[in-house]
Amino acid sequence: MQPPLVEMRGIRKAFPGVVANDGASLELRAGEVHALLGENGAGKTTLMNVLAGLYRPDAGEVLIGGRAVEIRSPGRAIALGIGMVHQRFKLVPGFTVAENVTLGMKEPRFVFHPRSIEDSIGAFARDRGLPVDPRARIRQLSVGEQQRVEIVKALWRGAGILIMDEPTAVLTPREVRELFGVMNRMAAEGKAVVFITHKLSEVMEIADRVTVMRHGRRAATVEKAGTSPVELATLMMGRGHKAPACDVHAGQPGPVVLEALDLEAEGDRGERALRGLTLEIRAGEILGIAGVAGNGQRELAEAIAGLRRVTAGSIRVGGTDVTNAGPARAIDAGVGYIPEDRLGTGLAAGMSVAENLIMKAYRGAELSTGPFLRRGRTVEWSRRLAERFRIKTPSLDTPVSSLSGGNAQRVLLARETASRPKLIVAAHPTRGLDVAATDHIRAILREQRRAGSAVLLISGDLDEIMALSDRIAVLYEGEILGTFPCAGADLERIGLMMGGVRTSGPAREGTTVPSCMRRHGRLRTK
Amino acid sequence: MFVIERRAERSALFRFVSPALAVLTALVCGALFLKVSGFDPLAVYGGMWRGAFGDAYGLSETIVKAIPIALCALGIAVAFRMNLWNIGAEGQLYAGAAAAAWVALSFPGAPAAFVLPAMTAAGMSAGALWALLAAVPRAWVGANEILTTLMLNYTAVFLSEYLIHGPWKDPAGFNFPLSPAFSEAARLPAFGDTRIHAGLIFALAAAAALTVALRKTKWGYELRLVGASPAVATYAGVGIARHVLVAMAVGGALAGLAGMTEVSAITGRLQYGLSPGYGYSAIIVAWLAKLSPAGILAMAFLFGGLLVGGYAVQFIGVPAAAVNMLQGAMLFFWLAAEFLGRYRVALRGRPREVR
Amino acid sequence: MEMDAVTALLAAAVGAGTPLLYAALGEILCERSGVLNLGVEGMMLVGAVCGFLAAVETKSPGAGVAAAMLAGGALAAVHAFMTVTLRVNQIISGLALALFGTGVSSYLGKHLIGVPLPVTPGPLPIPGLADLPVVGAVLFSRDPLVYASYLLVPTAWFWIHRTRPGLHLRAVGEDPATADAAGVNVYRVRYAGILAGGMLAGLGGAYLSLFYAPCWVENMTAGRGWIALALVIFAVWSPLRALAGAWLFGGIEALGFRIQVLGAVVSPFFLKMLPYLFTIAVLVFFTAWNRRRRIGAPEALGLPYERE
Repeated sequence: MQPPLVEMRGIRKAFPGVVANDGASLELRAGEVHALLGENGAGKTTLMNVLAGLYRPDAGEVLIGGRAVEIRSPGRAIALGIGMVHQRFKLVPGFTVAENVTLGMKEPRFVFHPRSIEDSIGAFARDRGLPVDPRARIRQLSVGEQQRVEIVKALWRGAGILIMDEPTAVLTPREVRELFGVMNRMAAEGKAVVFITHKLSEVMEIADRVTVMRHGRRAATVEKAGTSPVELATLMMGRGHKAPACDVHAGQPGPVVLEALDLEAEGDRGERALRGLTLEIRAGEILGIAGVAGNGQRELAEAIAGLRRVTAGSIRVGGTDVTNAGPARAIDAGVGYIPEDRLGTGLAAGMSVAENLIMKAYRGAELSTGPFLRRGRTVEWSRRLAERFRIKTPSLDTPVSSLSGGNAQRVLLARETASRPKLIVAAHPTRGLDVAATDHIRAILREQRRAGSAVLLISGDLDEIMALSDRIAVLYEGEILGTFPCAGADLERIGLMMGGVRTSGPAREGTTVPSCMRRHGRLRTK
Repeated sequence: MFVIERRAERSALFRFVSPALAVLTALVCGALFLKVSGFDPLAVYGGMWRGAFGDAYGLSETIVKAIPIALCALGIAVAFRMNLWNIGAEGQLYAGAAAAAWVALSFPGAPAAFVLPAMTAAGMSAGALWALLAAVPRAWVGANEILTTLMLNYTAVFLSEYLIHGPWKDPAGFNFPLSPAFSEAARLPAFGDTRIHAGLIFALAAAAALTVALRKTKWGYELRLVGASPAVATYAGVGIARHVLVAMAVGGALAGLAGMTEVSAITGRLQYGLSPGYGYSAIIVAWLAKLSPAGILAMAFLFGGLLVGGYAVQFIGVPAAAVNMLQGAMLFFWLAAEFLGRYRVALRGRPREVR
Repeated sequence: MEMDAVTALLAAAVGAGTPLLYAALGEILCERSGVLNLGVEGMMLVGAVCGFLAAVETKSPGAGVAAAMLAGGALAAVHAFMTVTLRVNQIISGLALALFGTGVSSYLGKHLIGVPLPVTPGPLPIPGLADLPVVGAVLFSRDPLVYASYLLVPTAWFWIHRTRPGLHLRAVGEDPATADAAGVNVYRVRYAGILAGGMLAGLGGAYLSLFYAPCWVENMTAGRGWIALALVIFAVWSPLRALAGAWLFGGIEALGFRIQVLGAVVSPFFLKMLPYLFTIAVLVFFTAWNRRRRIGAPEALGLPYERE
């Protein structure tokens, strides 16, 4: 029998503190779409990074077409016909599409003529169902278009094995369908396509075979035709999978805490990121923002936290107007903010745990007198927080950069909730954390709700939104297209809205009407 | 095959060893350089040592040179802590000197109790203002403060040259570019019959005040926060622009104070060559001392000694520039030593071949 | 002003602008690779003194130019080792280089003060072109290094924008991790950029001591290395705009001298301040301008690269 196109055996890869792959294996056949399924942290991406030459395994071997190979570098992987589309695209933002596609290649030898290269790349991409303007700069493209550029880049280099790491996470449903079309087409041409995901529905739709990973190794490889979502879920979790359920919340929501009215704001590149966004959250309530990444989530969070100017509209927190008031006044008004970019915005990585814990409270009378910090009080303050939030750290003087992701996030949450804020804006609070840390962080957010805070939860993970929210608002291109109570929410309708489909049915109870619709008079509130 | 790995924790040993290592390595390299240029390195270093630290006069001169270096370095270290690159201590020193001279020349008959505090205030304000000329565009549009402070250094030197060639020229100065001599009241008192002057007290007081301010105050904490990450500081509600202005002004004021002490205590008039590059040496001193005020005092003493020792060996033909070279080399070696504190270089075999 | 005075001023602008142009072009190549080198002043000074020394010893200006480029490159190599291999702070290393280079040049030049150049290379008019009115005198009756700068500007532009090494240079300066993943050797490209920058700064220094002055004076660059750094911001990292900027800055410098000659009542010290004040004004204005138009430095400028 012909050997498989790719065979990985007994791959082990350890990082300081974590064994990501521990005897993992995988076989790929030419002409198949092969799903690599597993929970976050199961070792899927690490295994594929080994195949793509980014990591060198500590043990194990890789065979291509039956021959053992050593993949020392991404360049070597490309030469072997392996291309990978990473979750974080490896594209130079200031370069054109054509420049990115040709970067690092041996051709052209020395002088290149942009025009002719652009034309041939444009034609090449069109022929493969991946239309993209070769002259456009990457930073002008949508996330979906950037992904297309990544695929074109891999194919232009002659990839016969294409690895895609969670490609659908950033796409609208329509773009997902187009992507699946491209994947099927590549498989039909005899290429092997690896599709990393943790979504069962996508596996059932597109894959030919599925390898399920758990705890850094293969749990099983099955034919799609011979399996079921329930079996896959069991393999993935190791036991019965519980469907996401709403967290039914008994308490009555209190008065309105956050009132955002007709917000308009620009993104980093001057594009209109928020377009007349309106929402409100009450005390003791978690509002989840559902939406595909890049539809204004970051700008919304930053506007509320006082870190981004709004060009129109108003923001009130607990009755205080904080529109364009700056971060200090937002903090004073009772806004706690857990930013998406923890170590870049939320925590000073080089400073100690204690110094990070007092960052929002040091100005207060409890920790300072006049211009002086009260050393004893600050130590006591941070020791108490570290204890209460179970922050595992060698000492309070340890720099935050040497904590694990989960513990760093605990530092952030401890600080942001310590002063009993009226409103907590939490952006992707559990992204990249292990199961225990995720559970802990979610418990902290629920605890805050019980204590009467309003919580704005932004997450790319619909399961997380369902698990925590009382109400769900769908954000699309800077507008709220609809708001639903979590209990009995129509997932299909939410999915459609996330893709920009404006449903025309009557609004449900509790639905805030998006301003765009109000303007057009298509919808009326009761 | 050598590999470079990041150390998990900064090596504690290197915290103290790296400045010493830098100074020693630079001296060794300097010795090679001297040898190549035809000097006997031991004789040169011996001469420098004796000149700077060998007798009471040398020691007092070393302290005299260390005072302006320490004041400038203390000031710029504040800005360096928040990754703000105030390279303009030299110009701020000249601005302070000119302003102090203006007070002294305007009130020739005033008593010391008025004129010395007034000169101090004028010197510090002028230094701070000179620094703000760079700080405001930095805070306002983000104009690179390295380049603006440097340009202002040249400008300040020309400005003081203009003053001593033009409006402030001493009518009794035989056409030399000098201002008239200050009155006795405008001269800072010295200790005993040395040239060590009250500026030493300013430097010690400034170091003490900064130590407290950096460690114990909200301002010091905010400064560290801005230095660690401007994005995080903004997020925490700390205004960056305000800190830019304050840190630059503090640096300018201390450099201006150095200028005041030089004209008041040393020259007694505004004249050419007030500073043999104190403001530039201060940059190196600040780094070698890891920006700590106490360390700056120690390093400034060492650099004062280098200057005095450098003058001492000019008699045997060693160019004074040798000292500038040594200082620059020390900064390089300090950087390299810091690297060894953060990384380790290990000898490694290739990873075992996969069979 | 009469025609002759204008021609003389323009000619002086090109002459004063040429060392700035070389240094700025070098820094553009360096910064395009993502490395800031603040040591331009030091590299220019060492280039000037070594070029002068070599020209005195060998009696050949060509050897002087070669020595200056080697010397500038050697200093840049120290910066490259520090910032690329040891990944130390580029600002501190650059400052150290500026201070060190200034010291080295004074040390080496101690005995060159007042020494005349054995052969003073004169202008080399280009037949035909040199006879054109105004431009002939301004652009085509110059020394070879000025002509070389005319060629270097489009060459640098072509190199950066139309060649594969140029693509790699830009990629490394914009996004070294991506360039690395695409198989570009980030360290090699950065070393090359820094060395090229150092050699051109040395060349700029040699132009001062061998052609412009021609003599050795301590600290003869008088801040031109720093002005060149400001020029790079003015030029938005483009060689073509650097040419315009260098001649403009040269013009300001030349204007100071001319006004003096014309017997103006302004103090010569204020005229000497002119280039520095002009630099500050230009720097502030163009920083604001570039920021508003969202164009700027190579994205990775100043950041050491370390593979994950």
